[in-house]
Amino acid sequence: MKRHVRSLLGTDQLTPAQINSYIKLAREMDPRNASQWLDGYRVVLLFYEASTRTRTSFEFAAKALGAITTLITAASSSIEKGESLIDTGWTLASLGGDAIVMRHPCSGAPYLLSRYSPVPVINAGDGLHQHPSQALLDALTIANHKKEFKGLRVVIVGDVFHSRVARSNAFLLTKMGAEVILCGPPDLVPDVSALIAPGVLACHNLEAALHGADVVMSLRVQKERLAGKEIGVEDYIERYQIDARRMRLAKPDAILLHPGPIIRGMELSSDVADGPQSRILEQVSNGVKMRMAILATALGKVR
Amino acid sequence: MPELLITGGRLIDPGRGFDRPADILLRDGKVAEVAEPGALHRSGVEVLKAKGLIVAPGFIDLHVHLREPGQQHKETIATGTAAAVAGGFASVCAMPNTSPVNDSAEITRWMQAPERGAVVNVFPIAAATVGSLGTELTDFAALQQAGAVAFSDDGKPVLDDGVMREALRAAAKLKMPIVQHAEDARLTEGCSMNHGATSFRLGLRGMPNAAESNIVERDIALARELNAHVHVAHLSTAEALNAVRKAKAKGVRVTAEVTPHHFTLVDDNVGEFDTNYKMNPPLRSVADRKAMIEGLTDGTIDAIATDHAPHAFQEKQVEFDRASFGIVGLETALPIAITILHHHFKLPLWRIVELFSANPAKVFGLQGRGTLAVGSHADVTLFDPRKKWTFDASQSKSKSRNTPFDGWSFAGKAIATIVAGQVVHHE
Repeated sequence: MKRHVRSLLGTDQLTPAQINSYIKLAREMDPRNASQWLDGYRVVLLFYEASTRTRTSFEFAAKALGAITTLITAASSSIEKGESLIDTGWTLASLGGDAIVMRHPCSGAPYLLSRYSPVPVINAGDGLHQHPSQALLDALTIANHKKEFKGLRVVIVGDVFHSRVARSNAFLLTKMGAEVILCGPPDLVPDVSALIAPGVLACHNLEAALHGADVVMSLRVQKERLAGKEIGVEDYIERYQIDARRMRLAKPDAILLHPGPIIRGMELSSDVADGPQSRILEQVSNGVKMRMAILATALGKVR
Repeated sequence: MPELLITGGRLIDPGRGFDRPADILLRDGKVAEVAEPGALHRSGVEVLKAKGLIVAPGFIDLHVHLREPGQQHKETIATGTAAAVAGGFASVCAMPNTSPVNDSAEITRWMQAPERGAVVNVFPIAAATVGSLGTELTDFAALQQAGAVAFSDDGKPVLDDGVMREALRAAAKLKMPIVQHAEDARLTEGCSMNHGATSFRLGLRGMPNAAESNIVERDIALARELNAHVHVAHLSTAEALNAVRKAKAKGVRVTAEVTPHHFTLVDDNVGEFDTNYKMNPPLRSVADRKAMIEGLTDGTIDAIATDHAPHAFQEKQVEFDRASFGIVGLETALPIAITILHHHFKLPLWRIVELFSANPAKVFGLQGRGTLAVGSHADVTLFDPRKKWTFDASQSKSKSRNTPFDGWSFAGKAIATIVAGQVVHHE
């Protein structure tokens, strides 16, 4: 299937060399003092779904590089009038948009857009499927604290089924040679989840999974998604919440990540969220740098 | 007296165990004579040369969506049947999920009227319940009188046990089958493909095999209890196939069809959210696909049917979750069957002919069709089991282009289609 060569749709399509070059480039980025690489470029932020950090960090990233941005949300545009995604893409490109950053509630929507769009499409989260810029900023955060990806034990805990972050990370990290353990109750971490990529394991016992972990990645767990499941909220907290006691099962130098927004007292305790191993706020600031690298790459400003 | 003599071909008539070179004379819309090669020659008669070709009873597709009335932007009876003859079909059975739903004798007759421009025999399958809403049975006797050959709420299942029981009982009285789209909708809400590793990887909700097999098993139990005939539409899972196999061994009146895509493709072929691989039932696992081949080989599956489901560009080229289910299939069914089943899996040609003609005629009780016995309808399909060609969807006779088989190369093609003694397609 055709797609724009510089689109970023999913981490499964990236090579280790490409991932490393994103990390290298992101490290060189300074949001407060950046080259005006994208001066005169127009970046469209097409958001069919609510977002705070992803949208803001793409916007800051584009502006730091000198681009102008425009935000389109489903409620305030022709989308509401029934325009198709393909037509919206053609329209935005004709208006002079140079790249489209899109978030969409349907898995695969950016793949459809990229097949018809004359400009690169950057996936800012599609349904339950992927969130490649998040996985890349997580990779940058991990790389800042670990010597190499090869041999790392990364435990991803929470609602894996509904998590595009988990999928993008599983593809990226295994590609880089890390071992990925998906952990949570069977309803949220079904056995088929281990088949997502070679080097991925599924585990329902958090203590066993955490043992010897280098990276612990907690995912948001929405209470409403536990409705009708075998496991209740109290039970979930009891068995799967990351707290200080459980963090001690990981390696002493293990780091804790979370894509946000965090729900304190649900998937993780407040003390670990603010604890010495937490890199949650570093992730957020790395997000702007990584998205600068992504935009510069998508618009052909780096090779 | 219009006559047509077909000479030099290999005549396969599975219902009579006939498979050898023979000439066949059609007269007044009926098969007049079948004889040794050369025996029927005389001056003045129109001759169709079939050297190197298989001469078979006109193919019957038990499952098509012609979209009329009401959805002419997808297909019309004229364009759909034009695609049918190009694919070698002489008869098609049209599902009732039109707009409005074909739940009346009026619509059933309207669909068969000459003004529709059909170039093949169109046999309507009428709705089993009013509006296909699953609650109140339609007037089966009136619908049969008007020309319906079966009853179905295709696209939706008849979920309610009591309604299905009544439908089977009423159909059995008229010696008609109920065609079931076996899907427990309670297990498939929000689902757009098969449940498995691929759906998990793509972040799409998946339909479990049990959604099909639960309904098939229930229907078999009801058919057995009532001595009624249930026909399983587009069977796709190993579990449902096993249920049909066991039921047949016990003498239950259950029949089943499989589509070319379900014995050819698997869920992983969806690739990067290609909606031309989105249909219902969805493409299943490698093991399910293998089971379909076994069912076609051992006789558990009665017929190959296309589930030809045309949709317009704007209905398919949208987000995967929002795209309509279904693909077109009339022009590729025979080529796929020959290429995959005959050349690859070594199914004999007579079995393929049986799956496309003799068996479907039997399943829907189409008298004088699916055979080339003297006196039967002069519906004939001529095909070349070796002809190599490449399918170009842009050249399709259908109004729609939604097919995963665009650009596929095949060995095997329909060469001529004859309906009631008239050559309606010849290349």
